[in-house]
Amino acid sequence: MRGVDAARVNRNPASRAAWQALAGWLARAAGWASRLAGRGSGLTITGRVLTMLSPQSVSRLAEGRRIVLVTGTNGKSTTARLIAAAWAAQGPVTANGDGANLMGGIASTLLQSSHERVVLEVDEVALPAVIERTRPELVVLLNLARDQLDRVGEVSSHVRGWQAVLRRTAVGELVVNADDPLLVSAVQGAATKVTWVGAGLTWREDARGCRRCGQHITFEDHDWWCESCGLRRPPVQAVRSEDKLCIEGGPTFELDLDLPGDWNRANAAMAVLAARTVGVDPVTALQKMREVHDVNGRYAQGSIDGHQVRLLLAKNPASTGSILDLLEQSSDPVVFVFNAGAADGRDPSWLWDVPFERLAGRRVVVTGLRAADLSVRLRYAEVEHEVADDLPGALRGLGAGRCDVVANYTAFATTKRQLQHTGGGR
Amino acid sequence: MLGTYGDGGNVHVLHHRLSWRGIPSEVVPIPLGTAVPTGIDLLVLGGGEDDAQSKVAADLARYLPPVLASGTVVFAVCAGLQLLGHSFETAAGSTVAGAGVLDVTTTAGHRRAIGEVVAVPADPELPLLTGFVNHGGMTLLGDAARPFARVRRGPTNHPLSRVDGALQGSIVATYLHGPVLARNPALADHLLERSTGLQLEPLPDLEVARLRRERLAPHRWWARRP
Repeated sequence: MRGVDAARVNRNPASRAAWQALAGWLARAAGWASRLAGRGSGLTITGRVLTMLSPQSVSRLAEGRRIVLVTGTNGKSTTARLIAAAWAAQGPVTANGDGANLMGGIASTLLQSSHERVVLEVDEVALPAVIERTRPELVVLLNLARDQLDRVGEVSSHVRGWQAVLRRTAVGELVVNADDPLLVSAVQGAATKVTWVGAGLTWREDARGCRRCGQHITFEDHDWWCESCGLRRPPVQAVRSEDKLCIEGGPTFELDLDLPGDWNRANAAMAVLAARTVGVDPVTALQKMREVHDVNGRYAQGSIDGHQVRLLLAKNPASTGSILDLLEQSSDPVVFVFNAGAADGRDPSWLWDVPFERLAGRRVVVTGLRAADLSVRLRYAEVEHEVADDLPGALRGLGAGRCDVVANYTAFATTKRQLQHTGGGR
Repeated sequence: MLGTYGDGGNVHVLHHRLSWRGIPSEVVPIPLGTAVPTGIDLLVLGGGEDDAQSKVAADLARYLPPVLASGTVVFAVCAGLQLLGHSFETAAGSTVAGAGVLDVTTTAGHRRAIGEVVAVPADPELPLLTGFVNHGGMTLLGDAARPFARVRRGPTNHPLSRVDGALQGSIVATYLHGPVLARNPALADHLLERSTGLQLEPLPDLEVARLRRERLAPHRWWARRP
């Protein structure tokens, strides 16, 4: 959208500053109006108004601040949260939430606080533009996997976009998961110091084609290499094995977290290395990270309509597979709340890449706007289940006792609002 | 290599629909570079990203003609459809030769075709088709290929065309995802009967019936569709 930041208004630095201040005020007013109307947190509208009126605003708001960007298909919110918690050991930190990880949300996050330290989770598709405008001190790359293919395009196009921006724009440093070949491809040719971390990668389906030469990538234990062009896992400065993180062949740290799941240990490993890059030692970082009990509702425990629930987010094949791992550790009933709105990715075909067969024997209820699609998937997975009209109906049917509620993106946002918190964590 | 869009689900559906009728079947994955064996009943080709597609084209040109000659039914979705044709243009602008066994040609579109589709199949025995399309290529049919379905609602093969997919000999090709065989069990059973020669007993399909009612409901333009 073209900005009103036209030359005729802004040749004079004084009038430019005045205009930007006005733009900031108008943007904040829009956000306030949005909250008043009950339309949400107002972050997105604030950001949109701001970037429409003053496209240079993000660069200006980022100037002089220490910016850390976190991106990847899965784990952005959690890892950004962990880094922010660790960095808070040095002073106050600004962070955005998962609804604000595109340019508009980032603009409004920067507008609404003036702390020097900023940790931003960034959507994969927005990363190049955000890097150019914010000139970050550190960029953390977690993983790349298929997600919302109807909306944001293919994994390969992210690799190309990231590669292009990292080659032409200087960022301070990179902390990258060396276990994902797609990330190694994306960082090729970047003129920046890279800290490689063997954080782990369970979902490999999108990485099997080498993005450099098109041939096969072979995975063996923790190693991987391309059959034909020699692209391979780089030597790592840190490696994680389950709950243990070993840095530069030196001390081993225990990744003792209040968040469940092996994937959160991978996120924590990346967060520890990121914190170390900005000057927080691992012991302090881990102490602060232990105090994180839920991430914007994920893993939160509480009650909905008087029923005890734990809330989990599963929005693509990789994260849903990980959630199934977690669910296998208990025998509580599970309710899936499933939508396929614009923000979820309108095509739910990805459900067929998830091994739902592993739910056999559990009490399963399905609800949400696209419950019928999930029901068909479960039928073919031979998992007995019920379909309920809505979440309260599903919970009533289950009666007393704890259950897990697994929701995808928009369903998660709605469900989170209904949750009365009693705590979080495992 | 071609399974990005959940099309592995089609194979899943086929396998289960046979096993629920007590008919054992073997699913044989065919990795890149491997010959496609002749004498199999049904070959399923799914969708995928552009890069993967180019690699597979060369393989198919070599292996498909004898496979088709041996009577195998070939079911192709999205990239699979494009690969079977004479050529396709990638988003990057290069033209790649296809297997040349289906009389279609695909060029790169300016906008992706994305959305829910309701279509009337060319085969009058089959009920309405429901699916979701998501493709950047535009495909036109030559004289030897017939349309797979006439689109009533939603994107088609090509901005200038009202059809979906293509039929030619023992090839059945479509752009519909969903997976398409999950949403259209009659089509799945039709492919199974055709490729195995068996007469199949109907299945209850209660869950799919609910899904189809939802997906095929008349379009209420004034209401927001999920």
